Amino acid sequence: MSDLTELGVAAIRDGVAKGDFTAVEVAEAFNANVAAAQPALNAFIVATPEKAVEAARMVDADRAAGKALGKMAGVPIGMKDLFATRGVQTTAASHILEGFTPEYESTVSQKLWDAGAGMLGKLNLDQFAMGSSNETSHFGNVVSPWRRNDGGNAPLAPGGSSGGSSAAVSARLCPAATGTDTGGSIRQPAAFTGIAGIKPTYGRCSRWGIVAFASSLDQAGSMARDVRDCAIMLEAMAGFDPKDSTSLDLPVPAWEAGLSADLKGRKVGIPREYRLDGMDGEVAASWEAGIAWLKDAGAEVVDISLPHTKYALPTYYIIAPAEASSNLARYDGVRYGLRDLPEGAGLQDMYAATRAAGFGAEVKRRILIGTYVLSAGFYDAYYTQAQKVRTLISRDFKDAFASVDVILAPTAPSAAFALGEKSADPLEMYLNDVFSVPASLAGLPAMSVPAGLNSQGLPLGLQLIGRPFDEQGVLDAGLAIEQRAGFAAKPEQWW
Amino acid sequence: MSSYRIHGATGEWEVVIGLEVHAQVVSKSKLFSGAATEFGAEPNAQVSLVDAAMPGMLPVPNRECIRQAVRTGMAIDAQINKWSRFDRKNYFYADLPQGYQISQLFHPLVGEGRIEICLDEKDPEGSTKTIGIERIHVEQDAGKLMHDQHPTMSYVDLNRSGVALMEIVSRPDMRSPAEAGAYLRKLRTILRYVGSCDGNMEEGSMRADVNVSVRRPGEPFGTRTETKNVNSVRFVMQTIEHEANRQVDLVESGGKVVQETRLFDPDSGTTRSMRSKEDAHDYRYFPDPDLLPLVLDDAFLAECRASLPELPDAKRHRYETALGLSPYNANVLTAEADTARWFEALLTATAARQDKMEAEVARQAANWLISELFGALNKLGKDLETSPVSPEQGGELLALIGDGTISGSIAKQVLEKMLETGDGAAAIVEREGLKQTSDTGAIEAAVAKVLADNADKVEQYKGGKEALFGFFVGQTMKAMQGKANPQLVNELLKKALG
Repeated sequence: MSDLTELGVAAIRDGVAKGDFTAVEVAEAFNANVAAAQPALNAFIVATPEKAVEAARMVDADRAAGKALGKMAGVPIGMKDLFATRGVQTTAASHILEGFTPEYESTVSQKLWDAGAGMLGKLNLDQFAMGSSNETSHFGNVVSPWRRNDGGNAPLAPGGSSGGSSAAVSARLCPAATGTDTGGSIRQPAAFTGIAGIKPTYGRCSRWGIVAFASSLDQAGSMARDVRDCAIMLEAMAGFDPKDSTSLDLPVPAWEAGLSADLKGRKVGIPREYRLDGMDGEVAASWEAGIAWLKDAGAEVVDISLPHTKYALPTYYIIAPAEASSNLARYDGVRYGLRDLPEGAGLQDMYAATRAAGFGAEVKRRILIGTYVLSAGFYDAYYTQAQKVRTLISRDFKDAFASVDVILAPTAPSAAFALGEKSADPLEMYLNDVFSVPASLAGLPAMSVPAGLNSQGLPLGLQLIGRPFDEQGVLDAGLAIEQRAGFAAKPEQWW
Repeated sequence: MSSYRIHGATGEWEVVIGLEVHAQVVSKSKLFSGAATEFGAEPNAQVSLVDAAMPGMLPVPNRECIRQAVRTGMAIDAQINKWSRFDRKNYFYADLPQGYQISQLFHPLVGEGRIEICLDEKDPEGSTKTIGIERIHVEQDAGKLMHDQHPTMSYVDLNRSGVALMEIVSRPDMRSPAEAGAYLRKLRTILRYVGSCDGNMEEGSMRADVNVSVRRPGEPFGTRTETKNVNSVRFVMQTIEHEANRQVDLVESGGKVVQETRLFDPDSGTTRSMRSKEDAHDYRYFPDPDLLPLVLDDAFLAECRASLPELPDAKRHRYETALGLSPYNANVLTAEADTARWFEALLTATAARQDKMEAEVARQAANWLISELFGALNKLGKDLETSPVSPEQGGELLALIGDGTISGSIAKQVLEKMLETGDGAAAIVEREGLKQTSDTGAIEAAVAKVLADNADKVEQYKGGKEALFGFFVGQTMKAMQGKANPQLVNELLKKALG
């Protein structure tokens, strides 16, 4: 093998199993790429090369001993720094949790280690997963490995909040990475960097040990270079967890084994409300291409209506901050993390100083919005109303899925934008989530797959949204697009 | 029905009282975590990752806590809501790790119920009043701050953080401190019967927020104040008395009662303002997104109902009707679950020893327990729980009275010895030679001697002073060292006196 870091999850797993190379060789190859990309890409907050090698050694030893190998055996991965990892700093890219080292391991990461994966390090993200460009991280923004073909070399956003994950996977720093998706945080960065990423049905993956942003929306998922790799990794991550009351008590299907790009007899819905006025022409064109590919795969394509789509974004930006304002109350300087105790300060002063220093501007903004919409006198007008609209949005999907099996839409309204381009205007930044937020509000499985490059040489993604629990339908349609799009582009290494 | 009135300078005032009782649920682990709940552990020895609100931790409801609250609701004849939900009550304090308390505002587990109180224990049936219960919801307790451990810092003990509480909210149906006291005692009795709360107010497992307002009789409710965390029945009554008088004085002197939260000071017996409505927190309640709605199925409810013991009102009624006890005795014996349990064990032992129906010996057992054992234990500074005499041993003693082996007065001596030594009644009677005698000859001799020694009194008796008969009985019993069969003494005396 010339370059092990060109391999994906399935190829590494199979190669290790067959003895084409050792897991330690794989881990060391990726460790080298991780080290070489720091600090240029800034994708990792902490690298853990020794963890990757240690896990790999165990896999090699198990193989030598003839033991059965796990679903992810020998695959080193990046772990979004929102997952608690025992003995390894877990920050949510915030100052308030800087230096926090948990004594516990999140359910999802533990499942991955149990399946034979190893950890290359903790990936950068938007602070507390709040952002669409990775610019809200306390540890500096991730820089996308992609550049426009205009020769300007403007640093681009890798998307957010799972921007460390997307950058690392597309730059071959890891074959796959965990992500979390609250309003699009797996799909939009996947689209921006030309990789695949799936957010499963709400409840598929345990939230236990994931730093909470918005509990009713947060969902972990997998990010990798193709659909099969996403399926393999998601199988290892998913499953009922009695420690999470909202966890789905359902068996995990064999998604990889069930993959089929033959869509004969399936119906694909094209939601007319997603055709926005002034839509980016290249995004619209890639959507048309996606429709053609799915037809080619045997699917019947029909127009559908999701009438409450236009209310999804405001609904999301009420519910998510409301939950966040409460979820983040625990970061108070009393028990762990940052404590700023000015001379002679009382409890209230300590709270104020700690939070002022510990939370970034975007996090503060969302706490303020959330506190406002829950406050007496505004609760009904905002929170109650938003919950009603959320129900209507779910109903839209339910009605649509009465006649179609999967929905096709763009993942994001544009290709990756430049760092700093939207950070001055939060509303413009929030608009980036316009296509991803409805599926989050309805708790539906959704994924982004690469569809091609735009005229600037930047990746565009297509989004597939499925029925509750039908990750298989989403993966199958994603695979059909993947096979026809023939996306083989990768960022040219400049770091 | 209460005639309790505050006599103000301008006339009479009626007091209106509602209580919110926080009762700690009896369960091995906390409401949303597996940490232990035992009282008195070392600080922070019973804290899970959830209780400390570590990043990414999630609550999981404890079935037993829900079960206890449902059983309590059933015991007060309340509506059980098969669909309820947890809400977050948001506020910042160092003893509240999550920055919110998980509670139930919008959809409580238990709805409308009622508790019957009695205001005169001599007449438990004739002086009842029904106090409405608005709701019972379950919620997390907070931790505890300790300000005396360090010169400049406060310490936090999270052992109590996350422990399950039931908040039992009454209607504003009480009209006097006595009614509030009776309500609290009755509620505590029910909780202890059900076993859902140990009711130990001094350990903090039951505390009350006391809502008080005053009004002219017949007028609409006045503005109320809420005095927080009062932790004994006596203090609750003191709070009401003080607060009602304070409000009357305030209004009569031209002032206005403001809606506020107050604190009770046990040393002075007074209340003082803690914060006014203007400073009240905005708790920003909203449904907890970490938890699904709580849905109870019929099998769960059936199990809860089947597990309920006989409740105090039903028991008291049965004691009166089936066992023939006086209303007073029935009330005393049912007021505490432990007392009723002891009594019923005594009753079983007494009946078995004498091969009689329980109803035949119930009055004997009840009288002995209430007028003999309680007094004797009291003198020793003990109670039923620490009694050296078991119900089985009590039954043995009562059987000795029942079959005429000893008299009632000898039984008192035997009981004292039993309490001293822990020995059985029969063994003591044997050892001390306390057996009652029905030896007619010996009693006749004693009677003759008593009458001879008291010839003057015999004269007076014969002259019509019949009350002296008791004196002769006493003297004869004394001469017989109390061991004579009292009936025989009566008979023989009557015969001798003609």
